[in-house]
Amino acid sequence: MTAQVADGTAAGTPARGRARDPMRRGRAYSRHWYAWAMCAPVVIVTLVLVGYPLVRGIYLSLTDATEANMGRTIGMNVIPSTYEFVGLANYTAIVTSAEFLSRLGWTVVWTVACVALHYGLGLGLAMLLNRPVRLRSLYRMLLVLPWAVPVFVSAFIWRYLLNGEFGVVNAMLRAVGFAGVTWLDDPFWAKVSVIGVNVWLGVPFMMLALLGGLQAIPRELYEAAEVDGASPWQRFRHITLPGLRPVSSTVVLLGTIWTFNQFPVIFLVTKGGPGGSSEILVTYAYRQAFEGIRNYSGSAAWGVLILALLVVMAVVYRRALRRAGEAW
Amino acid sequence: MRRAISAAAAAAALALAVSACGGGTPEQPAATATGAAEPSGQVTWWDTSDATHEGPVFQELIKEFQAKYPKITVNYVNVPFAEAQNKFKTAAQSGSGAPDVLRTEVGWVAEFASLGYLAPLDGTPAVDKPEDFLASPASSGKYDGKTYAVPQVTDTLGLLYNKKLLEKAGHDAPPKTFAELKQTALDVKSKTGAEGLALNVDAYFLLPFIYGEGGDLLDVTTKKITVASPQSVAGVKVVEDLITSGAAAKPAIQDSYNNAQAAFKEGKVAMIFNGPWSNTDNLGGKVFKNDPDNFGIAPVPAGTAKAGAPTGGHDYAVYAGSQNLDASYLFVQFMDSAESQAKIAGKLGLLPTRQSAYTMPEAAANDMIGKWKEPMAAAVQRPWIPEGGQLFQPLVEGYQKLAAGQQGAEPMMQGVAKAYQGLLKGWSL
Repeated sequence: MTAQVADGTAAGTPARGRARDPMRRGRAYSRHWYAWAMCAPVVIVTLVLVGYPLVRGIYLSLTDATEANMGRTIGMNVIPSTYEFVGLANYTAIVTSAEFLSRLGWTVVWTVACVALHYGLGLGLAMLLNRPVRLRSLYRMLLVLPWAVPVFVSAFIWRYLLNGEFGVVNAMLRAVGFAGVTWLDDPFWAKVSVIGVNVWLGVPFMMLALLGGLQAIPRELYEAAEVDGASPWQRFRHITLPGLRPVSSTVVLLGTIWTFNQFPVIFLVTKGGPGGSSEILVTYAYRQAFEGIRNYSGSAAWGVLILALLVVMAVVYRRALRRAGEAW
Repeated sequence: MRRAISAAAAAAALALAVSACGGGTPEQPAATATGAAEPSGQVTWWDTSDATHEGPVFQELIKEFQAKYPKITVNYVNVPFAEAQNKFKTAAQSGSGAPDVLRTEVGWVAEFASLGYLAPLDGTPAVDKPEDFLASPASSGKYDGKTYAVPQVTDTLGLLYNKKLLEKAGHDAPPKTFAELKQTALDVKSKTGAEGLALNVDAYFLLPFIYGEGGDLLDVTTKKITVASPQSVAGVKVVEDLITSGAAAKPAIQDSYNNAQAAFKEGKVAMIFNGPWSNTDNLGGKVFKNDPDNFGIAPVPAGTAKAGAPTGGHDYAVYAGSQNLDASYLFVQFMDSAESQAKIAGKLGLLPTRQSAYTMPEAAANDMIGKWKEPMAAAVQRPWIPEGGQLFQPLVEGYQKLAAGQQGAEPMMQGVAKAYQGLLKGWSL
């Protein structure tokens, strides 16, 4: 967010002005103090709500604070603070653990698979619904439904549907003569299941966003292309996709961040199982931090690490877009 | 300049307002009524028992309590067992929303107490006739030489079986050893069409196999992690063999407990391991509903060392930050009296922790109590250490890998031992 501001009008001119004429800044302030005062509440609230927890989290990640050594007074029990600064020990412990790399690998697979399916299916459905069909609004409503149901409700429903012995999905498979699949009990199928559930949950949002994007593309472009004899594929490739790009780039980035941190689906459908095989970074970090005596420093380190990964990812993505000629 | 000051003042006022919203410190409680006056106050109790079968019986007891102490109001909250530990810790730590009294699993007490969340109960009315308590359940409430909880119920695991299915397979008596367990299960499978044994892929339910071969998770006195000892591994190998030989049905990993229970209640499987808390649930099942005699209870089978199952159960604990400590102590005293325990035992078949409760007619009237006496004799004490609650997650993950056929017994237990080393600082392998 700050980078965006710097890219805009504020960049350049004030720096020169400051160097040349210190008086001008004072005058500008006395003329515009009102604007500053109007901004102040937002700045302060942001600092309190975002800045403070972030800084505190980063600080905690550099200590060995846990639930046991952080001071507190509860009724007659007084426990003194005894945690210490340990530098980067938490980070090195996480990064050098064998679990970290394997969890990161699966998290990346999970994110890429989910976002690709979200986008692909969302685009397909959006294009179907963008043309005049009968009962279009009914279809739209039904397709948005998964998004309207609270995630934990959907997750629990899917957990029961996919139950190996008593689940509806296997009952249907058996009814048509197939053997049931151990959906949630086999590492491979558990991964397929959670991806499936997450796709089911996430497609409606993509569909809606892309539908909006499609409707913003001027009809004339298609008509002109048709007159020029462009095939449907050519029209899709050269009008639809470029026309959707501003929407796509945003929703893909959003979707990636959401999926990367999609806690409830994994945690509620498979509980990270079997044997921890479907655990993504956030659910794994949760377990490390909140099971038993809570490890505040460790969980803070995990949080900072995940944030850092996402920031790097977002920066790389923005760079790639800008290189492709997209002003974002 | 004046403008700058006023802006700063406005900012300060805003910051104050924001921090005030963030909760702040709870006000000091108004002193609760003490002395000769009738005890009063409000007691919030988090009950973690089964809300449909067990909860109503506890609520009946609360009605009696309120009749005795009309000025104390009891807030009954049923919190699902699986969520209670985390929920309580979050509330206790933040200082708001924690109950006054909590029904805690025996394994949680040391952890809560070490973190300062529980009020010491020695010398309060909550510890009433302590000499009446059975030794093993009472020990779970002690930490660092003080009493932090009093036992509500005790339990262990037993072998629950469908008598008719076993008879059909040619066995009049339940299996007494792991070898007999395997044979009986295979016979049931080949002769009745039902499965022999349903395993619940959960750490607690793995313990009878580990204890049976003489293993354990930890040796507390020497601070040694024994989960990967040859004896413990031998116990897990028994489970591995039960699964691969087909004596145990391929276990469900997700919702393992419910799947095993459902199969047993439907008569699709002849034997499971489970505790007295499932009595009511089992007797409501299709094959036992009109035929309670068909429901058999036996001690868990023995391995080469002994027959052993973990000591479980629940305790009453009082939150240290409670604003109604006196009323809470009275509440615990009442709920944990021998009469109350006998009532619960009579209605639910839960095992009392007071010797005197066993002889009361109300408890004796429930034949489940008598039937569980023998399995209880095989109960093994668990390590009551603050990290006790963390020991199960690595074990259950390992068990899941074993049940899914990803890992053998030996590497599985090595992995668990490694995880324990990370949890228990200063312990040796």
